[in-house]
Amino acid sequence: MDEKLLELVDVSKKFDITEALKDINLYIRRNEFVTLLGPSGCGKTTILRIIGGFEQPTTGKVLFEGQDITSLPPYKRKVNTVFQRYALFPHMDVFENIAFGLNIKKIPNDEIEKKVKKMLELVNLSGYEERTIDSLSGGQQQRVAIARALVNEPDVLLLDEPLAALDLKLRKGMQIELKNMQQSLGITFVYVTHDQEEALTMSDTVVVMNDGVIQQIGSPEDIYNEPRNVFVADFIGESNILDGIMIKDYLVEFGGQKFNCVDKGFGENRPVDVVIRPEDVKIVGEEDGMLTGRVKSVIFKGVHYEMLVESQDYTWMIHSTLMEPVGKMIGLNILPDDIHIMAKGRRSHE
Amino acid sequence: MRKFLRRFYVFLIFLFLYAPIFVLMAYSFNSSRSRGAWGGFTLKWYRELFRDREILTSLKYTIIIAILSAVISTILGTAAAIGISHMRKVPRSLVMNISYLPVLNPDIITGVSLMILFIFANINFGFKTMLIAHITFNTPYVILSVMPKLKQLDTHIYEAALDLGATPSYAFWKVIIPQIMPGIVTGCLLAFTLSIDDFVISFFTTGVGVSNLSITVFSMARRGVNPKINALSTLMFLSVLILLIIVNVRMSRDIKAKKQREATLI
Amino acid sequence: MNRKSIIAYPYVIWMVLFIVVPILLVFYYGFTVDTGAGAKFSLENFRRFFEPVYLMVLLRSFALAALSTFICLLLGYPLAMILASKDFERKNIMLLLLIVPMWMNFLLRTYAWLTLLEKKGIINSLLSALNLPTINIIYTTKAVVLGMVYNFLPFMVLPIYTVLSKIDKSVIEAAQDLGANSLTTFKKVIFPLSLPGVISGITMVFMPAVTTFVISRLLGGGHYKLIGNLIEQQFLSVYDWNFGSAISIIMMIVILISMGILSKYEEVREGGGLL
Repeated sequence: MDEKLLELVDVSKKFDITEALKDINLYIRRNEFVTLLGPSGCGKTTILRIIGGFEQPTTGKVLFEGQDITSLPPYKRKVNTVFQRYALFPHMDVFENIAFGLNIKKIPNDEIEKKVKKMLELVNLSGYEERTIDSLSGGQQQRVAIARALVNEPDVLLLDEPLAALDLKLRKGMQIELKNMQQSLGITFVYVTHDQEEALTMSDTVVVMNDGVIQQIGSPEDIYNEPRNVFVADFIGESNILDGIMIKDYLVEFGGQKFNCVDKGFGENRPVDVVIRPEDVKIVGEEDGMLTGRVKSVIFKGVHYEMLVESQDYTWMIHSTLMEPVGKMIGLNILPDDIHIMAKGRRSHE
Repeated sequence: MRKFLRRFYVFLIFLFLYAPIFVLMAYSFNSSRSRGAWGGFTLKWYRELFRDREILTSLKYTIIIAILSAVISTILGTAAAIGISHMRKVPRSLVMNISYLPVLNPDIITGVSLMILFIFANINFGFKTMLIAHITFNTPYVILSVMPKLKQLDTHIYEAALDLGATPSYAFWKVIIPQIMPGIVTGCLLAFTLSIDDFVISFFTTGVGVSNLSITVFSMARRGVNPKINALSTLMFLSVLILLIIVNVRMSRDIKAKKQREATLI
Repeated sequence: MNRKSIIAYPYVIWMVLFIVVPILLVFYYGFTVDTGAGAKFSLENFRRFFEPVYLMVLLRSFALAALSTFICLLLGYPLAMILASKDFERKNIMLLLLIVPMWMNFLLRTYAWLTLLEKKGIINSLLSALNLPTINIIYTTKAVVLGMVYNFLPFMVLPIYTVLSKIDKSVIEAAQDLGANSLTTFKKVIFPLSLPGVISGITMVFMPAVTTFVISRLLGGGHYKLIGNLIEQQFLSVYDWNFGSAISIIMMIVILISMGILSKYEEVREGGGLL
């Protein structure tokens, strides 16, 4: 897993005057499932297009197995793409679409037939060879697009929000299928999405982006549990973000109380952002809580209840499997492990 | 290099398209009648053009017929489109297919068939026959422009208007007509320009003393080259150019305004 | 519901009077001969059309129209492609400039070439002033083809341009992604996808070209008679309506059949696809 298969070195991209990417440094290992995650316009698709060869970086290099491929045209790269709206060839049937890349490589016909058949089996579309593209449902078109790319046995498969156009249930199913395919075929996937849940469930590595800058690279667990800044905390899952004062190492003050925490190195008496996940706030009796608040609203979310609790100067969002009635005064406790301290910085998302 | 080649190709094609027109324009200011020699700058041909009764009357007829036939065929065609969309399947496709005939048929066949009719029915050739001919070939184009708009129309909109207390005629004028207006306008403009540009059908359906510009140009050109036609071409070219530039500028301004509105909404 | 169709009736009456009846009259004249003592059913007019003299006219019309259409396609496709490419600047102005000549009177456009090509016309004056040999193509087939290409070229470019500019760019990128270089991408993806535009371009050039009698009259002189001239002659100078009608019927049938075949290729044609 340690080999760098693909690497972007100091890549930036300007469109006219807007800077889409700023000094991107990123490497992708063989057989890794990497997800580029961020809001629309954050530059994630641009990175994908640079890897695919559809855009040239303004500065910087793209390396493939150590070789500079920055100016190599798309058709010479061992990389294939599953496009956002599939980009299937409307004048060809399913078989011709999937066989397109193989035909160009002048592979003998009987072998093409074998490979296409195998691919169709893989994506559960056996028997669809002669169907026209517009007779397929969105989900089926998606599968054809994936088969068309995979049949070329690329070293890297690029997927540009491939599930965005599907409905929720289909999307969930495809997420699992894609992950299984990636593991069984042993192909490196670079996946672009703005759906944080999708990113967390499928990836080995998540790259969180905003405003053309990489905010954090890490495993899904790292990203969720140890967000490096307020943007990541806010974008991944839901968060309570409070103003606090770091009194000294391991001690922070917010909501009028001092809390023990596990962070250090911020200096003394420094203003910081305190990030706490809604599920990490424990509800206790009013007299037992370090903080107190009144329940303002309760919404049933299926697995848990989502409550808004108004304390002195902040409205908390709390997820709990137990419901507290609206209007009740309750106590709130937070464990040191669940308090994430972040230096005050630009809250780029707002 | 690639870019240069592409530009050069575009340049050559446009040279081919425009050189003849520009040459005509240049020679409309040539005082020598023969086209070989340049005899000095003159506005003589323009003065003669405006004194030429034949050209002026045909210009008058061209415009009158274009306006009349555009207006009549727009009314006739819009009503027809609305009526046809309420017809049952068989009569509807019958009417539509017959309406396609003047569109698909070569102009010369539409022309001669109308000519036979007018002679057969003993109608005197002239203004009336030419107007009838123009209405006949314009109306299908109006129908074809209005029809798609009618198809896009949400049937519930009409019902919603009735539900809110509108009478059927109020709903028709205030809800249906505004929605198909773009199609009506397109059809009307199309009819107007087709009428102005028509030669073949007019040629077969006109009578003595009544001709449009195309017919006049044809008969003058058959008699040989005439510098007055150069002057006429220059004026026609400039008016088309100015008209299209105005339309284009207004359209791109509308698009820009729309984009700005959308941008402020986001 | 059916009550509302009443407002179509004025048009329906108009249509019957001025579209249906005239066509029926053409058929009536085409299938009869004037015996002096009244009209009599006959296929004589059609038999006559198959005499070599007239068949040659038909053949010449189709050959010249086909040649002109081919040249228009050859010149027009690259132009449409250049105009549709995303990095071509001033696209809107160029499109406008392409349309302007279309809006200028057809007769004037043809007349322009007459003054250019004449024996003592502008081109030859220029050539002889430069001591170069003069060209004499006026009143030849070359001039007729030139006139057709000049008049109808924009009708080829516009539909192809429209289709090309509507092609989803990601489909082209997909082809490159799957290993196709520019030439293969063009052959396997761009050209097949632009076929509907090519077909409507061919229709829009071939149909008027095959029936024109103006271009052949002005630029071809009297020598190069096309089917359009033949029809015009029968009605306006020979006064043989029966024969003229028969030729019109043949023309009409050939064209309606070829339109039918072509429109099958276009598959999903929206509304006024011809416009």
